[in-house]
Amino acid sequence: MSRRVHFMNWSRTTALSVAAIVCLTMAGDACAELIPTPNFSDHDIPSTRVVEAPSVVWNAVDVGVLLVALSLASYFALVVRSRKYLLWLSVASLLWFGFWRRGCVCPIGATQNVTLATFDGTYVVPISVVAFFVLPLIFTVFFGRTFCASVCPLGAVQELVSVRNVRVPRWLDQALSVIPYVYLGLAVTLAATGTAFVICRYDPFVGFFRLSGNASMMIYGGSLLVVGFFVGRPYCRYLCPYGALLRLTSRVSQWHLRIPPTACIQCRLCEDACPYGAIEEPTESPSVEQLQRERKRLVVLLFMTPFIVGLFAWAATGWRGTLAGWHFDIRLAEALKQEDLGLATEPNTATEAFRGSRRSPEQLYEAAATHRDRFAIAASLLGAYIGLVLWGKVILLTLRRGRQEYTPNKSHCVSCGRCFQHCPVELVRIGLIDNVEQMTHETHEVAT
Amino acid sequence: MSSVPTDYPIASNREQQLQERRKFLQNGLRISGVLAAGTFGGFLAGRRGKAEATRWQIDPDKCVGCNNCATQCVLAESAVKCLQCFDMCGYCDVCTGYFSMNYLSLDTAAESQMCPTGAIARQFIEEKAGQRFFEYTIDESLCIGCGKCVKGCALMNGSLYLQVMHDRCVNCNECAIAVSCPTQAFDRLPANRPYRVKQSVYPLIQQKAAIPERDDARQLLREVSPP
Repeated sequence: MSRRVHFMNWSRTTALSVAAIVCLTMAGDACAELIPTPNFSDHDIPSTRVVEAPSVVWNAVDVGVLLVALSLASYFALVVRSRKYLLWLSVASLLWFGFWRRGCVCPIGATQNVTLATFDGTYVVPISVVAFFVLPLIFTVFFGRTFCASVCPLGAVQELVSVRNVRVPRWLDQALSVIPYVYLGLAVTLAATGTAFVICRYDPFVGFFRLSGNASMMIYGGSLLVVGFFVGRPYCRYLCPYGALLRLTSRVSQWHLRIPPTACIQCRLCEDACPYGAIEEPTESPSVEQLQRERKRLVVLLFMTPFIVGLFAWAATGWRGTLAGWHFDIRLAEALKQEDLGLATEPNTATEAFRGSRRSPEQLYEAAATHRDRFAIAASLLGAYIGLVLWGKVILLTLRRGRQEYTPNKSHCVSCGRCFQHCPVELVRIGLIDNVEQMTHETHEVAT
Repeated sequence: MSSVPTDYPIASNREQQLQERRKFLQNGLRISGVLAAGTFGGFLAGRRGKAEATRWQIDPDKCVGCNNCATQCVLAESAVKCLQCFDMCGYCDVCTGYFSMNYLSLDTAAESQMCPTGAIARQFIEEKAGQRFFEYTIDESLCIGCGKCVKGCALMNGSLYLQVMHDRCVNCNECAIAVSCPTQAFDRLPANRPYRVKQSVYPLIQQKAAIPERDDARQLLREVSPP
């Protein structure tokens, strides 16, 4: 017993003092040579065992599935014109891209990888990720946002919970729909500078797809879903940065979804059918005086554009500090400086580890200064971009688009197909009613 | 300006003209858009010869075992686990990775152990010249990736090290642990070699892999990216 106690004391003292000496006198690699691995008479030193990563074949499979889903979605929306098929396809996409592939890779996040790869030649972006970014855009150029309709798992989960249709007032809808462009600009800025992938960090639904996530993530996603019960697709309409790209692309789409299969009879039955407020009524032909007035206004607005953009670029120089605060090296340099000045209040693992590393503070300060310079440019560019987006929105709001029939707004429509069943011409096509009067007549009766 | 016709057919004519112009513009935009997307995609794909799939991994030479791996992973149970690099281990009796700094006795009692979940098993191997040697193995199902043993072991040989386990990792586009890592020890490795060993031990494992009967070393080497 006494021997044991003695051994304990001895070993504790030695172990701790050896440790202390090692730490004080030796660094890094020297430690590894401290105690040689013994050669045993009848025991082989085993090797570390690691588990293989899932096969990269899955990436190719994902691209294949994406291609098939995009084709099916476009076919269902434009040719079959079936809301039911679109819905089933979105369930399938939700299961595959959402729950089975756990929300990664997705085109929304791929935007950042593609951006970073563009600006940083050392960053490797897998071909599958480039495909995920480009394919939906190419489909949208031809068929409208069929990707949003039933391929995107984030869209699908919101589509499924969109049960009540509360119309967002037009002014609010227009104002909020600027956010995705701003978000896109911010995400691109932070990705291009190698700072952060904010789109992924603030992905609302990926926590549900993985069935795990931190509390704030779950609350954020949960509240978006609850809002989504009443206001259709809040993330797609007011946040999704990839949606902003798709909106621009869809504007020029060649064969976009139409509400009636043939000519519109202007029965107004579809007017309130869209939970996303994407259906626009026909316009009256303007008088020549009106046209001339509007043309003058457009010229003035266009003339003002460079000044607005310049103003925003100038105003945005103030953001560079905030943007730079996201960058690791800049944060570390600041913490280090604080500590050197004796202003730091609590211990910081990062600075402690930095002081133990081979990098000198001067190197870090230099790197931080380079990053800061880049952020000064990035902030101005971001400001100019936001100015352009806001002013572009103003110009678009003043533009007159001639419409002879009820049409989905190409950039806001997600091709979900909810409006089909509201169109009597469509109902005749699929044989639910014999002629359009059957439906328009009934409504008139109800109305009177 | 003399006679401004406002009657229907002319307005319609104008409308037609406008629509044709719009169609022309849209076609142009479409074609240039598709071309731009194609070129851009091709440029990115072809830029570095071959772009490959990647996975997150920790550089054990940078890791300080700060505990973020246990708390920051998006998975409820972190994808990061501790590994034992036996080729670096001293098989010490008094293991600074196994025994807590304020241990009561040098035995396997829970209160003596560094590991909060008791994931490290201690197995007596041999006694040579009055010295007793033990092998320390980690039960991955118990490990939570907190890095306490890594920190402890770093005082001696540093054979215990944290790695992202790829049967667990969901390979997030932005790894939540990487974001919070105080030494920026996370980066991406090629998906076919998604693990690391410490730089100093790599040549040793290469030597071991040259021995015909050491399939295990060759297997490890196949999974590990060279430093």
